Amino acid sequence: MPVDFAQIVQLIVNGVAIGSIYALVAAGLVMTYKATEVLNFAHGDLLMASAFVCWGLITLAGWPFWLAAPATIAAIALLAALIDMLAMRRIVGQPQFAGVMLTIAVGFMLRGAVSLTFGPDARNLPTPWSGQTTRISGVVLTNLSFVIIAATLLVTLALFAFLGRTRIGISVQAASQNQLAAYLSGIRVKWVNSLVWAIAGALAALCGILLAPTALVDISLWHVVLKSLAALVLGGFGSIAGALVGGIGIGLIEQFAGVYMPDGVKDIVAYVILIVMLIVWPRGLLGEAHGRRV
Amino acid sequence: MRFHYETDYGDSQRLLRYAGDWIAWLALAVALLVAPFVLPRFMIGELSYIFILATASLGLMVLMGYTGQVSLGPAAFVAIGAYVHAVVLSMGVPLPLSLLGGSLATAVAGVIVGVPAIRVSGLYLAMVTMAFSIIVEHIIGRWKSVTGGHTGLPVPDAALFGYSLAGPKGFYYLCLAVLVLVFIGLVNVLRSSIGRAFEGVRDSEAAAYSLGVSVPAYKIGAFVLSSGVLGLAGGLMAHHVQHLTPEGFGLILSLELVLMVVIGGLGSLRGAILGAILIGFLPRIISMVKPLLPGASGQQFGLEIFIYGLILLLFVLFEPTGLNGRWLKLKALVTHFPLYRRDTFKRTKTYMKSERYR
Repeated sequence: MPVDFAQIVQLIVNGVAIGSIYALVAAGLVMTYKATEVLNFAHGDLLMASAFVCWGLITLAGWPFWLAAPATIAAIALLAALIDMLAMRRIVGQPQFAGVMLTIAVGFMLRGAVSLTFGPDARNLPTPWSGQTTRISGVVLTNLSFVIIAATLLVTLALFAFLGRTRIGISVQAASQNQLAAYLSGIRVKWVNSLVWAIAGALAALCGILLAPTALVDISLWHVVLKSLAALVLGGFGSIAGALVGGIGIGLIEQFAGVYMPDGVKDIVAYVILIVMLIVWPRGLLGEAHGRRV
Repeated sequence: MRFHYETDYGDSQRLLRYAGDWIAWLALAVALLVAPFVLPRFMIGELSYIFILATASLGLMVLMGYTGQVSLGPAAFVAIGAYVHAVVLSMGVPLPLSLLGGSLATAVAGVIVGVPAIRVSGLYLAMVTMAFSIIVEHIIGRWKSVTGGHTGLPVPDAALFGYSLAGPKGFYYLCLAVLVLVFIGLVNVLRSSIGRAFEGVRDSEAAAYSLGVSVPAYKIGAFVLSSGVLGLAGGLMAHHVQHLTPEGFGLILSLELVLMVVIGGLGSLRGAILGAILIGFLPRIISMVKPLLPGASGQQFGLEIFIYGLILLLFVLFEPTGLNGRWLKLKALVTHFPLYRRDTFKRTKTYMKSERYR
C-alpha cells in the first residue's frame, strides 16, 4: 500500500480526537478510583445519560447549545455527587468487589431510567460544529476533532491546575493518598469524595456531549468506558497523565488498525491490548512507582 | 435448636443427616419430576430455562464464590460451549458426546483465561475476563464459515438414543438431569480437599501457599471446572434459543450471570440456584406487572434493566450475603425462635482487602 500523506494526517487527527475522549473518560475513572478506590462502571452510563439530557434540553426544551451544555454538565455532576452520597459512601471499607457490583447496579439503573424516559430510539445531537469540515493543504478534517482536542487540552490543564495549585485540589490529593491522615489534618474526606465524584461526573458529561455527535445519541454510548479501561491499563492505572497517554495511544492504534489491519481487528484491538498489557506489563506506560500487585 | 450428636465416623460425612433433610429433598425431587405433567406447556419451557441458568450460575459460583476470582465475562464460556455443541451436533455426533465435547472445549478456553489469572487478580482480572468476553463475541461475529456470523447458526434438535428431546417435556428432563448431575458433582468436589483449597485461595493466598496449596494450579483448576460447567450450560442454552447469534452472548448475559451469583450470595451453591431462579423469573414477573404501570414506563427493556440494577443495589447495600444469607437467617430465626440474635450473623471477615498502602 503506497503511503498516503493526507490519509496518515487524517488518521492521526482522528485518532488523537477519539483518543482524547477515551482519555477524558479514563481521567474521570482515575479520579474516582484514586479517591474512593472504586472503579466506576457507571461512568459510561453517566456519559450516556448526559448525551440524552443534552439532546432533550436542545431538541425538546429548545435551549441554545451553549446554555444546554453547561446545564447538562452541572446536572450530571450533581447526579454523580448524589450517587456518592447515597450509595457509594455506605460501602467504604468493604471489599473492592462490592464497589464494582454497586457501580454496575447504579449503571443499570441509569441505563434503565434513560431508556424509560427517552425511549429506545437513537437520535442526533445538534451542535454548532455538526457536519462541518476544514481543509488544510488537501487534508479534510472535521471541526469536531479540533473541538474535542481543544476541549481535552483545556480540561486537562484545568484539572492539573486544580489538583496541583488550589487548596481544595491538594486536599483531594491528600484524601486520595491517605484518608485517615487527611481526616486528621482537618480535611472533610466525605465532602471531598463527593466533590471528586462530581468532577468525574462533569468529565463524563463533557465526554458525552463531545462524543454524541460522532455517533448517535444511543444507549450503547456507554461502551466507550470499556475502551477507556484499555486506555487506563495501557497508560498506567492511577494517574491522569497515564490516562491521557493511554487514551491517545488507544485512539491512534484503533484508527491505524482500521486501515492497515484485516477487517474487524479495529473493534477488538483495544481489548487485546488490555489483556496483553495486564499480563506482560501490569504497571502500564506511566504507572505508579510503588509496586502494586494487580 | 439442634446439636450434632455423632455416633459414627461416617456421620459427619453424610450430606443428608436427618429425616427432615431426606423428606425435604425427596419432596423437591418428586415435585420437579411431576411438574411437566401438571404445569402448562409454557411454564415447562420457562423452568428448563431456569435449570440452564442455574447450571451456568453454579459454574460461575465455583469461580467467584469459592475461589474468589472475579469474572465479568462468563457469557464467553457459555457462548463457546453453545457453538461447539451446535457445530459438533450438526456433524452427527450423539448428544451426550457433543455436550461433553462443548464442555471440554470450554474448559480448554478456561485454561487460556486461567493462565493470566495467575498474574492478575481482583479488579484487573475482572477487566481481563470482560475483555476476553468482548473478543470472543467479536470473533464469533466474524468467523462466518463456522459460526454463521451475525446471521446466526441453527441448532439441530436434541435427541437421545433415538428419542427426540425437542419437545418441552423431553428437554425439561434433559436440563433437570444435567443440573442435578452438576449440582451433586459440585457439592462433592467443593467439600473435598479441592474445595477447601479453593476456599483457601479465596480467603488468603499467602496462607494457602504456606499450607502447601499450589495457588496457581488451583486458580487454573477453578477456571477449568467453572468454564467446563458453563460450557455444559451453553450446550443446553443452544437448544433453548434454537438459533445462535453472537448478540445473545454479550455483556448483558455475563452481567446477568454475575448478578445471579452475587444476589444469590457468594460462596454457596444454594445461593447460585436461588439467584438463578430470581433472575430467571424476573423478566416474566416484570412483564406481568408492566400493564399496571402508567404510560412510558411500560417498556420492557428499560424497566427490566432498571429493576435488575435496583435489586443488585439493595442487595449490595443491605444484604451482602445475598439470598443464601437471608435463607440462613430465616432458618436460624425459626430454629432458635426466642433466642435469635441479630449479631450471630455479624460480618467478621472480608475476602479482599484494600490494595492501597496505608
